[in-house]
Amino acid sequence: MSGTADGDDVLDTAARWRGEGHKVALATVVKTWGSAPRPAGSQVAVRDDGAFIGSVSGGCVEGAVIEGAQDVMRTGRIKQLEFGVSDAEAWAVGLACGGRIEILVEALD
Amino acid sequence: MHQDTLHALNEARHAGRAIVRAVDLATGEERLIDPSNPTSELERAAAAAARADRSEPVEIEGRSWFLSVHNPPLDLVLIGAVHIAQPLSQMAALAGYSVCIIDPRQAFATAARFPGMALSHDWPDEALARKPLGPRSALVALSHDPKFDDPGLAAALRSPCFYIGALGSKKSHAARLARLKAQGFTEDELKRIHGPVGLAIGARSPAEIAVSILAEMTLKLRADGGWERFAVRAQA
Repeated sequence: MSGTADGDDVLDTAARWRGEGHKVALATVVKTWGSAPRPAGSQVAVRDDGAFIGSVSGGCVEGAVIEGAQDVMRTGRIKQLEFGVSDAEAWAVGLACGGRIEILVEALD
Repeated sequence: MHQDTLHALNEARHAGRAIVRAVDLATGEERLIDPSNPTSELERAAAAAARADRSEPVEIEGRSWFLSVHNPPLDLVLIGAVHIAQPLSQMAALAGYSVCIIDPRQAFATAARFPGMALSHDWPDEALARKPLGPRSALVALSHDPKFDDPGLAAALRSPCFYIGALGSKKSHAARLARLKAQGFTEDELKRIHGPVGLAIGARSPAEIAVSILAEMTLKLRADGGWERFAVRAQA
């Protein structure tokens, strides 16, 4: 894939879900350090029932991102999440590759 | 993100227009930016990110923004529905290219030989006049036949496409350059054509040659101005 945000299906699906009356949040990789699995711009759309499309990590942190997305859908406030092996919490939802990523989560309102 | 922003973003993407979304990482404030006509500092940063095809964070006047770049897809035009075009079209599609194979010979460019690929039976100059090559386009001439290859290469040389390749030996490439020079192209312009095509990786089979061509296209696309340095190392 190109460095272009690979949101083709993600953004179309997000719009469709919103149109169907779901709450939706978008998570975007905004910064990476080291050997992060997905480049900045990679996106996930999360629906209020936990369904999601896209990827921000290759699968390692998607679970935590979906939780964060559900917070954001409730509060309406943006949120930044950071994952990496240097992070104590990362042992639970860490990146096996040893990279670090920062993710912006926003509600689609 | 506001729904209206998402709809405008999707509309631009479906129309094949490059667009950049800037979001303020502290407040969530957002802007949609047309990278073709930048005026502010933020818009200039967005245009640079679009050129580099790289979504990235930027600091401007004390604010942290993230720029999401949405460029139109890459596209690859193959002149000649020959054997090498089969693995090359499939590999390029996997790498994210929208592929079109041009060959006026209807027996060559068939859906049975190229399942799922866009095929054109027009002459290359006509097909490329209808659907011109842009800065995210590549063209590779594979037919070995000057009456198909040359008009395709001439159209590519007049376009801003990022990669032009032509299959053939050093000898046939020299003859090709002489023909194109006679059409009025300068030596500098002709340097844009990669021939013999592909990185020198010792490729033998059509699939291996396709790998070498796609590798050279990737190098040209991604390694910015430094690609020649990389190419020298790759061939050393």
